[in-house]
Amino acid sequence: MDIFLQQIINGLVQGSIYALVALGYTMVYGIMGLINFAHGEVVMIGTLVTITVAGSLLKAGMPALLAGLGGLSASVLVCMALGWGLERIAYRPLRNAPRLTPLITAIGMSIILQNLAMMIWGRNYLTFPALLPKIDFEVAGVNFSAIQIIIVLVSATTMGGLLLLVYRTKLGMAMRATAQNPAIASLMGVNINRVIAAAFIIGSALGALAGVMVGSYYEIAHYQMGFMLGLKAFTAAVLGGIGNLAGAMLGGVLLGIIEALGAGYIGDLTGGFLGSHYQDIFAFVVLIIVLMFKPSGLFGEKTGERA
Amino acid sequence: MTQALLEAKAVAKHFGGVKALRDVSLSIREGEVYGLIGPNGAGKTTFFNCLTGLYIPDGGGFTFAGQPLRADAPQQAAQRGIARTFQNIRLFGNMTALENVMVGRHVRTKAGVFGAMFQNKATKAEEAAIRQRAMDLLHYVQIEDRADDLAKNLSYGDQRRLEIARALATEPKLLCLDEPAAGMNGTETAELRELIVGIRKDGTTVLLIEHDVKLVMGLCDRVAVLDYGALVIEDVPAVVQKDQRVIEAYLGA
Repeated sequence: MDIFLQQIINGLVQGSIYALVALGYTMVYGIMGLINFAHGEVVMIGTLVTITVAGSLLKAGMPALLAGLGGLSASVLVCMALGWGLERIAYRPLRNAPRLTPLITAIGMSIILQNLAMMIWGRNYLTFPALLPKIDFEVAGVNFSAIQIIIVLVSATTMGGLLLLVYRTKLGMAMRATAQNPAIASLMGVNINRVIAAAFIIGSALGALAGVMVGSYYEIAHYQMGFMLGLKAFTAAVLGGIGNLAGAMLGGVLLGIIEALGAGYIGDLTGGFLGSHYQDIFAFVVLIIVLMFKPSGLFGEKTGERA
Repeated sequence: MTQALLEAKAVAKHFGGVKALRDVSLSIREGEVYGLIGPNGAGKTTFFNCLTGLYIPDGGGFTFAGQPLRADAPQQAAQRGIARTFQNIRLFGNMTALENVMVGRHVRTKAGVFGAMFQNKATKAEEAAIRQRAMDLLHYVQIEDRADDLAKNLSYGDQRRLEIARALATEPKLLCLDEPAAGMNGTETAELRELIVGIRKDGTTVLLIEHDVKLVMGLCDRVAVLDYGALVIEDVPAVVQKDQRVIEAYLGA
C-alpha cells in the first residue's frame, strides 16, 4: 500500500510536467492541425537557459530563490521568442502546403534545435543548480519533497490560468473560433496569423515552465532530454484527445501515474526480470492501446472536416 | 442617401473552363435593400465570395465607400464594414450563441495578446463592453434566451438569426445575406422580413441573395438578376418583374 500511494504521488508530479508540455502540443494542433515535434526541444532549451542564467546569478551571489526567478523569466522569454520564431520561419510559409510537409519540417526543426543546443551547452550532462529548498516530508509512510509540492501547485495554477485565458478572454475566443473555422473567423476580423502566433508563444511559455520544473526535479539536464519528454507529452495529448485542453491536462496526469505505478510494480510483475528503468515502455504501450481502440482520445470528438 | 456604397466593376471569376462571373458591374446605394437573384448556379454566391475576400476575382474589382477593396484579405473586408451570412450556415458550433456574437466584435476592438495575458483594466472593461454589446444584439434578433446554449444546439431558424447577429456585431455598413430564408417556413420568413426592415431602418445597407422571389420583390428597393454569371438587368422590382429576359431565365423558355 505504501508503494502504491508513493507511486501515485510520484506519478502526479511527473504527470503535471507532462500535462504542461502536452498543452503546447495540443494548442497548436487544435488551431492549425500541426504536430509541432520541435516542442520537446523548446522545453529542453528552457531547462538549459535556466541553468546558464540561474547558475551565473547564483555565482554572482544572488539568493537561490531570486536566481531561480531570474532563470525562469529568462527561459520563458527565450522560449516564447523561440516558439514565435519557429512559427514565423518554419511553419507559416507552409501554411497551405500538404499536411506531411510541415510535419517533416517539425522533425527537422527538432534536430536543428538539438544540435544547436549541443553546440552551445556541450554534450555532457549538466547539473541543474539547487534553486529551491530541499525539505522532505513524511505523511503516513509516504515521502514527498517541497519541490514536488511546488511542481504540482504551480502546474495546477498555470493550467487554471490557461483555461481562463481560453474560455474567458477575447484572445481565447478568437483561438477557439479559429480552431473551428479559420476562414469564417477571419471574416469576423480575427487576425489568423496573430492567433496562431499566440498559440505558439503561450505553448512555449508553458514549455519553459515545464523545463524549469524538470530541471529542479531531476537536477540534471542534457541536450537530448527534450526528445523523450516531448514524445511522452505527445502521448499524453493523444491519450486525452489531441486538440482538447482539458484532455491534455488529464492525459498528462494519467500518463504520469500509469508510468509511476508501472515502474513501481514491474519488478514484482515480471519476477524481477525487468526493473523500474523499463518504465518508458508503459507510456508507449498506452499510446499503442489508445491509437488502436480510441484514436480520438478520452475527450476527443470525432473530427470530421479537419482531422 | 443615393451615393454608391459599393461598386462592382467588371468582376470576373473562372473555375477552370466555367465562367462563374462574366464582367458583372453593379452599384449598391447607401441605405437601400438590394436584391441579387437568379437561377441556381447563376453566380450569386460566387459574387459574395469575391466581395468578402474568400475568392480572388480573375478580373475587375470593387470600390467600397469610395475606396478600392483589396481582393485577398477577408479580415480587411470586415474592417472596412462588409459582413455576411452563409447559405449553408457556418457558425462556430462548439461555442455558445453569445460567444459567436462576441467573436464578431473582434474587428472593432483592440486589446491584443499581452492584454489577454496580463488582464489590465482596459482589457477587462473592453471585454465587459463586448459581452454587453453581444447580449444587446442577441436581444435585437430575439434569441437572447438562448445566449448560453451551444450554437449547434439551436433550431435552424435561430441559427439563421444568430448568424445575422454575429454579422451585425462587426458593425457593417453593408450586410450581405446569402439566402437567409432558405428552409424557413412562412412565419419564419415573415419574421425575417421584419428583421431586415429593422436593420435597414437602423442605417445598414443590405445586400440580399434570395430564391424567394416574393420576399425579394416585396422587400428590395432595387434588384439585380444574374444568369450564367452575367448581369441581366438591374432596376426597381416593378420593372425587373416584367422583363422578358428575367422571365426566360427563370422559366428556362
